[in-house]
Parts: sequence; structure tokens; C-alpha cells
Amino acid sequence: MTKLIPLFIVALTIVGCGTTKPSAGTPAPPASGASTKLRVVYIPKSTGNPYFNQVEAGFEKAATEFGFEFDTQGPAAADPTSQLPIIKEQVQRGVDVIAITPNSPDALNEALDEARAKGIIVIAVDADLTGNESHRDVAVLPTDFALIGPSQVELLGKMINYEGDFAILSATTDAPNQNAWIEGMKTALKDPKYAKMKLVSIAYGDDESQKSSTEMEGLLTKFPNLRGVISPTSVGLAAATQVLENSGEYVGGAQAKNGGIVLTGLSTPDQLRKAVEKGVVQSFQLWSPADMGYLAGYLGTQLKDKKLELKSGENVEVPGGKPIAIGANNVLFAGPLMTFDKTNIDQYHF
Amino acid sequence: MKSREWIPGMLIIVALMGFSKLSPSFFDINFLLANSTLYAEIGLLAVGMTFVIITGNIDLSVGSNMILTGCLTAKLLESGCPMIVAIGAACIMGTVFGALNGWLVAKLELPSFLVTLGTMAFYRGVAQAMLGPASVKLPPEFKGVDGYMFIGLPWPLFIFVMASLVCGLILHCTVFGRWVFAVGTNEAASRYSGIPVDRVKILAFAMTGFLAGVSGLLLDSRLGIVRHDLSRGIELDAITVAVLGGVSILGGKGSMLGTFLALFLIAVIKTGMGLGNVKAEYQLTIIGVLLITAALAMNFADLMQMRYKSKKRTPVSPA
Repeated sequence: MTKLIPLFIVALTIVGCGTTKPSAGTPAPPASGASTKLRVVYIPKSTGNPYFNQVEAGFEKAATEFGFEFDTQGPAAADPTSQLPIIKEQVQRGVDVIAITPNSPDALNEALDEARAKGIIVIAVDADLTGNESHRDVAVLPTDFALIGPSQVELLGKMINYEGDFAILSATTDAPNQNAWIEGMKTALKDPKYAKMKLVSIAYGDDESQKSSTEMEGLLTKFPNLRGVISPTSVGLAAATQVLENSGEYVGGAQAKNGGIVLTGLSTPDQLRKAVEKGVVQSFQLWSPADMGYLAGYLGTQLKDKKLELKSGENVEVPGGKPIAIGANNVLFAGPLMTFDKTNIDQYHF
Repeated sequence: MKSREWIPGMLIIVALMGFSKLSPSFFDINFLLANSTLYAEIGLLAVGMTFVIITGNIDLSVGSNMILTGCLTAKLLESGCPMIVAIGAACIMGTVFGALNGWLVAKLELPSFLVTLGTMAFYRGVAQAMLGPASVKLPPEFKGVDGYMFIGLPWPLFIFVMASLVCGLILHCTVFGRWVFAVGTNEAASRYSGIPVDRVKILAFAMTGFLAGVSGLLLDSRLGIVRHDLSRGIELDAITVAVLGGVSILGGKGSMLGTFLALFLIAVIKTGMGLGNVKAEYQLTIIGVLLITAALAMNFADLMQMRYKSKKRTPVSPA
């Protein structure tokens, strides 16, 4: 009877191996390089995140257009060291380009150096290896943060005909990004174009739903002539949307006074899909994760083929898009903010 | 069928054959050796865990101990302390942190799960409080231990092999080793037979701590930096390896050879799946199924062994 146990185990293992076969996907080409297509792999912070799925969609688009093989392999959890084995395995698989959204600015240094020593192009996507830029070839970041403030003011201005009082609902008082964007808005308002728009208050919801709701309610009661609110944080914007929907003071709502209140800000399409369908929010913005994947895919293959050289201060001509400036330390911004509204929100899922 | 080690042993062979067929880049001995350095830390922790689990306890704090030791050592090196002193200090610190667990478990008679759940948070907390969110860089001469070979093996792997060998001898060929099994099998009986139960427990935890300290050094050298939040969950990886290798979570049963083989099994399977681009979520699923299957198979094997023994005894009938 005991002799049956080994057979049992072997059978189970073979069954196990069988099930891994389909997911093994494309067989790795032999090391001699019989396949002429370049191979690009993207390593997200972790798997199953819709935001990174959009980045992957951008890579896939680039893969069909520029003719490279694309694959993605991420860790189950966003742990600083969980990306290490993946990097090593991809080097062994013989990929040509590794694009990675790093979980740590420095824990991957040694592994990335190993990859680069083998001639692999390493691209940081969405977040840079801050302070360790020498361990990657180039970084593709979402958008130029200096343009977020002006872009948000313009979006609101267009919706309220550049006239009326508005307020900002931010996160915490010491959030560096938020404060930089608010400064950007204040600077933009000096443009004569916005002379009739008046920033009446900046409220802080601390990126907590409850606090943001209370602050939004406060803005609505304190400023009866309010025409607009900008919330450049997805938590604040979602909470404000809820308050506005309940009070019915949005444009076209049951309680709308002097045209209604226009709410906008920064958020992912998934979070505001319902609000846009109901008309509580007309339009809002965010950078496009897909643009990052597309640009990184293009850059990686071009750099590998030595068809491109990066010099800061110059521009990269990306097919079908505007030229993109190469910043200091080889940092590139994927594109401007994207505006989501009723006409296009159905195409985006993240 | 005397022992349970044949289960991970055979699975390794099957996995090696399977993955070599699946992925052409898998069977490259240099790569497999280099990649094994990623698992040396888990292996060292699992070797310590084998002792602790056999005494009928558990140590959830090994990962935090490793990180705290790693952080403190990096700080020492940063402040200009000679390398050999820092290495010695790391070994002592790890041992002390481990012994503290053992002392709390043995002398204060607290359950080890509770004690080490506490120190797991505590050690990492101390590391974070001391270092803050920044990471500490290691000096260049301390970096890259995984790149150096010794008698054909990368250093971390060699250290793991040696640790398993020495600890295997301690566990299976010394009086202390017998005591470890005795305490795990029946603590009260061990106490009444004059075994220094408390000392055995403290020593088992201290040894685990020592190995966690060594792991911290390896991690420091491998990554070149250290931070409080590295290697989260590594304690569970170490427990997985020990249990997969046939160490009974109830205590009293297990072997170092089993743990040793199980580490290679996990390393081979994870590496193979990674090279085959199996998605992370499927990798977790497969490891989970493997663990449960191994546990079932080992229970089954024990059952068979007991029947076999009782059958052997029954023929003692009047002639």
C-alpha cells in the first residue's frame, strides 16, 4: 500500500505541471536570438491594479504599432523586495527592455545594475528611483506637475464662462503635491483671462471622506454666490460629489441657484463614473497611465536598437504625438492631463 | 518508508524535470545557483524555525529580528565600525533578540505565538523608530556577497548549506537535539525526566535569533541598502518551508534534511514559475495547493507507517 503514495504524488505534480502550461504563454525563444522581435517586460508595483492595467494597455498598443513582444509580470504584493526575483528571472529569460514601477527607490539598485550590465534597457515608469537615477536608463513620469494647477483653473473657467467665486477643497495642509498645485492655480489666476474669477476659500478635508464632506458642506453654506469648487484629490472630489448630489445644487440639479455649482478636480474615471452619468460632475482630469506605457514601450525599443539617444534639453519625436522634452536626469513626462466627461468616460476603466 | 523526506525530495526531481521542459532558459546551472541566493535568507530562518517548531512553539518574529539586526549593523558600519566587529555584533544582537523570545516563553510561560506576534511588531517598530522612513546605505566593500563563490557555491548558499549541516547534526546527533524532540513530544514528561525544558526552549529561540542575525547580514550585503519595511512576510515563508519539509506544527516531529530539501523545492518551483511567466496570483495558488497536498501526503504516510508497525507486532502469537 505504501508503494502507492509516491505514485500519488507524482500524479498530482504532473497534473500541477499540466495546469501551469497554458499560463506559461509564449515559449521563450532560444538564447541564440532566433526571434528578431525585441522583448519588453513591464513589472508593476503589484498585480490586479486597474491603474497599472491601463499602463499595460499602453504598452500593448505600442507593441502592435512598433512590433515588439510585450509581457507583464508583477508581484502579488507591493513589497519593496518582491520585485527582485522577477527582475532576475526576466534577465534570465533574455528580455531586451525592463520597464518597472519600483516599489522602492533603492532596494532594487543591485538587481537593476545586473540587468543593465547585460545590455538590458531599464525604464522607471510612473515613479522614479529618486536619488538613484544612475541605476536606470530613463524615467517616464505621468505628467508635468507644474501644469496641473493652470490646467485645473482653465477646466473650471471654461465651464463657468470665466466668471464667479470658486473654492478649493484640498487634502492636508502640508501635502507637498497639493500645495504645489494650489500655488500653480494662484499663479495662473493672475492671467487677465481669469480676472473675473475669484478664489474665495481653500478648505482642507485631510483626504478623509467624512472631513471632506463636512468641509464641502461648510463651503456651500458660507459662500452663497459660489460658482465652482476644485478638488485636486480623488478622496475630496468623491466626498464633494456626494454632498453636491444630496444638496441638489449642481448644474441642472433640483436646488441649483444662479446656474448651479460646477465641481471638478482630479480623480480616476472609475470613481466618478456614476456622478458623470447623473450630471453632478461634468468633467474632471487626470494624467493618462496608458500614455506612460506607450511612451516607455517606444523609448525602450528605440534605445535598445540604438536608434535614439537621450540628451536633456532636446525633444523626442514620438510617432502620432507631440514632441516630448527630455528633462534633467533623463526624465520624460508622458503627456498633458486628460479631461474626462460624458463623451469619453466609457472608454476608460481604471 | 522510515522518514517523510522523500516527499519534498521526489517533488524537487519532478519539478526540475517539468520546468526544464517548460522553459528553455530554466536549466542553466549558473542561473539556478545565482538565483538561489534570493532564498538563502528564508532557508536560514527555516533552519531555526525547525528547532522552534519541533519544541512545540513558533517564532513569528524572525523576519523582524532579521530586519532590526540588518538596520543596526548598517548603522554601525555607517558610523565607521570595522566590518568584522559589525558582523560579530550582528550575530550577538540576533541571538539576544531571539533569546528574549525564548525567555518570555519559557520563564514567563507565555504562549510563543503571542510573544513572537508581539516582538514581530516590536522589532520592526524599533527599526522604523531608529531609522525613520529613510534607508541606510551599506559601504561598498560590504556589498555583493551573493556575487562571490566559494567551492562552487555562491556564499549565501554555502552559508545555508553549512548551517543546515551543523544544525542537522545538533538536532539529530546530540543530547540537546533529543531534548528538543522530547520537549515537543511531551513537555510535562520531559520536565519530570529531568530535562532542562526552559533552557532547551531558550536555546532553540536563541539559535533561531542567531540565524536571523546572519540573514540580516546577507540581506544587507545583497541589497546594498536596508530599510525597516523590507522582506515583510518572510517569517511565513520560513514556516512554509519547515512545514513542507515535514516538521509537524504540533511539535515533536521533523528533520533538518526535510527543511533543507523543502527550501530547494520552493526555490525551484518559484523560479520555474517565474521563468514560465506564471502570474503572481497563480503562483500563490500553486504554492498553497502544494502545501496542503504535502501535509495530506505526510499524514497519510504516518498512518501507513503506524499500520505497518502494528502489523509487524501482531505476529507475536503463541507458537
